[in-house]
Amino acid sequence: MHRMAVSIGYRKRGQRSGALWLACAIAMALLVLLPITALFVQAMQGSAGLWLHLLENVLPIALRDTVILLIGVGILAAVLGTSLAWLVTAYDFPGRGMLEWALLLPLAVPTYIIAYAYLDILHPIGSVQGAIRWILGYTSPREFRLPDIRSMAGCIILLGFVLYPYVYIPTRAMFLTQSGNLLDAARTLGISRRGLFWHLALPLARPAVAVGVSLALMETLNDVGAAEFLGVRTLTVSIYTTWITRNDLPGAAQIALALLLVVVTLVALERWARRRQRYSTGAQRHQRFEPHRPSPIKGWLLFAAGALPILIGFIAPALYLSSEAWKRVQFAGLSERFFAEAFNTIVLALLATICTLAAGLAVAYANRLRPGPISTWSYRVSTLGYAAPGSVVALGVLIALATFDQAIDRAATTWLGFATGLLFMGSGLALVYAYIVRFLAISAGGIDSGLARIPASLDQASRLLGQTATGTFVRVHLSLSRAALTAAGLLVFVDCVKELPATLLLRPLNLETFATHLYGEAARGTYEEASIAALAIVAIGILPVIFLSRVGRTG
Amino acid sequence: MKQLCKKSTLLAAALLSSTSVAAAAELNIYTTREPGLIQPLLDSFTKTTGTKVNTVFLKDGLAERVATEGTSSPADVLMMVDAGNLVDLVDKGVTQPIDSKVLTEAVPAELRDANGNWFGLSMRARVVYAPKDSDLATLNYEDLADPKWKGKVCIRPGQHPYNTALFADYIAHYGADETEKWLTGLKDNLARKPAGGDRDGAKDILGGICDLAIANSYYVGLMRSGKGGEEQTAWGNAIKVILPTFKDGGTQVNVSGAAVAKHAPNKAEAVKLLEYLVSDEAQKIYAEANYEYPVKAGIAADPIIASFGELKIDNKSLAEIVSHRKQASELVDKVGFDN
Repeated sequence: MHRMAVSIGYRKRGQRSGALWLACAIAMALLVLLPITALFVQAMQGSAGLWLHLLENVLPIALRDTVILLIGVGILAAVLGTSLAWLVTAYDFPGRGMLEWALLLPLAVPTYIIAYAYLDILHPIGSVQGAIRWILGYTSPREFRLPDIRSMAGCIILLGFVLYPYVYIPTRAMFLTQSGNLLDAARTLGISRRGLFWHLALPLARPAVAVGVSLALMETLNDVGAAEFLGVRTLTVSIYTTWITRNDLPGAAQIALALLLVVVTLVALERWARRRQRYSTGAQRHQRFEPHRPSPIKGWLLFAAGALPILIGFIAPALYLSSEAWKRVQFAGLSERFFAEAFNTIVLALLATICTLAAGLAVAYANRLRPGPISTWSYRVSTLGYAAPGSVVALGVLIALATFDQAIDRAATTWLGFATGLLFMGSGLALVYAYIVRFLAISAGGIDSGLARIPASLDQASRLLGQTATGTFVRVHLSLSRAALTAAGLLVFVDCVKELPATLLLRPLNLETFATHLYGEAARGTYEEASIAALAIVAIGILPVIFLSRVGRTG
Repeated sequence: MKQLCKKSTLLAAALLSSTSVAAAAELNIYTTREPGLIQPLLDSFTKTTGTKVNTVFLKDGLAERVATEGTSSPADVLMMVDAGNLVDLVDKGVTQPIDSKVLTEAVPAELRDANGNWFGLSMRARVVYAPKDSDLATLNYEDLADPKWKGKVCIRPGQHPYNTALFADYIAHYGADETEKWLTGLKDNLARKPAGGDRDGAKDILGGICDLAIANSYYVGLMRSGKGGEEQTAWGNAIKVILPTFKDGGTQVNVSGAAVAKHAPNKAEAVKLLEYLVSDEAQKIYAEANYEYPVKAGIAADPIIASFGELKIDNKSLAEIVSHRKQASELVDKVGFDN
């Protein structure tokens, strides 16, 4: 009798706390849905007059170019990411340990910065072509120059070289957890090293490659800056331009929703394509695959091959930015603006990261405590914002919050006799909200996978040992998923620092960040202090790389 | 440390409190003009009047933001480039008419809204850059589509307002069909994809990519003056500037301008700023710091700009050009100019 009472009490309390988490998760999903609903309401108020022209003149070519770009970047990122992951897993050569983490460095360079850097590096009057002319004995770029980087091919190559880490990370993790026994068995059966890759390792790693490629493609679709600098008219760019040049808000909302639909469809397709694939990594340690040690010369060649993508995707642009920043500091010193911007950038990103982590925790934890359709859908909906291009989220948040702000202001003026002004838009809160909507997927996803590694038996053990639901949450779940929380937090933080379209549209008066400064200068074609801001963004972007590499080595 | 504390307090205040600043002598500006360009003017305004100026630089969506903020919007003055963008503000109903003798006397009628909803404050010409040693002395806009320039012309994206305004002017002269032919010819002449900004035109001429670049006049001043560093001086010195004309008209000119927001909380200060911006002092800053053509008669352009020769402004009015802007933008899509 006594035991039964205890067990009932236990379940009730557990369910109650589960219900609270579930309510939080639903609230988060609604928070993400709000700007999308606002867009929808706005879109309904316009006519569909825009679409005939778009369908006739803009969409066919934009669609073609987008598909070419996606295929190009997808292939390049897949080939680079997979072969590099295999290189550092299957071969033991000098410098391998360094490559393992250094290969992540291009992640720190946002797409708009890589485009901006290479436009200058590879320009006919830039250092690379200057050196080539010097070697070949030409004096003027009119006599000899390389093809222009402002092209589809240029865009594919540049994006591929900064986005391949998205494939490299999961694929390498997959290679590492693949059963060494299996690979060794295959070796004893006489399969060559190359055959091993093609017939065993690669097919087994396919889901990881698919996840990585789909992330890289999502980044490609969301990019506006690089495509704009390089003259590539993707769907995102064309549609964005149409909004700007046509100047009607309902039309813009319609376009934004259409764009969202395209991205959501892509995500759904990707999920559908992987519906039968299941990871079966398990918690048990496999015997590690013993890497092959090639001859010293071959070893150095392998090192060179592995170092090349880092050179292109990180070292060259970082060196370029450093030298430009140095020149600028010598020319004009470091203005006070720089420190104010650093402060704004970091405080905003920090605030957004904390909120996003809390929101992500609610969504992921509800999914664990109360699995079912409601928590699953809350999870899915709240990750929608990541699929949406930043400008779409920005527009939705603007409509939703400005309307809300006005309502509060009017109510306060009528009932309380004083004006509140714009509560959200006038402070940085609208921006923080947009960041949460945009990056909730990263924190929810990261925390969810961290929680998934904690077996349910630990929950039961903790409760049996007298911990309350809250105690279990804090002492077991939180402390065991600390690494996942940190990783997610770092990624969100860096993404907030890099974020451009929402920051540009939603920030309050007198508030400038690194990204908006960089854009402001790039927009008028002066790069002056922008190189310092760009360098700062890249430097901040290195933080999660360092963390990820440490986790990679210990785990 | 003390400074940091002060800054944190300030930001915390900005983040947490609502910023409906009711205190006197403040002015809030929403601008699509990059901060670097207008800061000297605003600093000078603050110095003379004591009014504190708050700004936010917005790129796209300024009109949407003011419109959705509605009656609660803190915006007093909206500053924009391109007459079309200014007219859009009026169409969206986010401006208010200003009746000021100072403004109507300083700004010629063709450079402002007839009802006083917006005022042009500075002018810029859409010119052509050519290599310094080129023997080209004059050029008509019509010639830009001449096949002899095949693979020689550089330009920023056709959908950029500077370009749609030029194309709209072409429509005003020749109608849509002729303009479509001309645009197709111009596209065939491009040396590279239409991308980047106007300064890239000069850089690309130096880099041997093109022989003609369509760009705005003031960039030459910004480059040659050395304000952007040595590299840009080299770009600026690599080119000569031609003021092209229409065969039956003059050089296409656009404006930067400002409007007072419909719900401006500090309307008096807003009008004061606009009036200040057409004062001799401010017009001189426009000419000397930004290398734009002043709108006010009697104020000289900067020597670098004056060296291009006399500016003969095209005979089509801004209002007429603006009325063809949408059509121009659709033509850009139709001929696939930016693809």
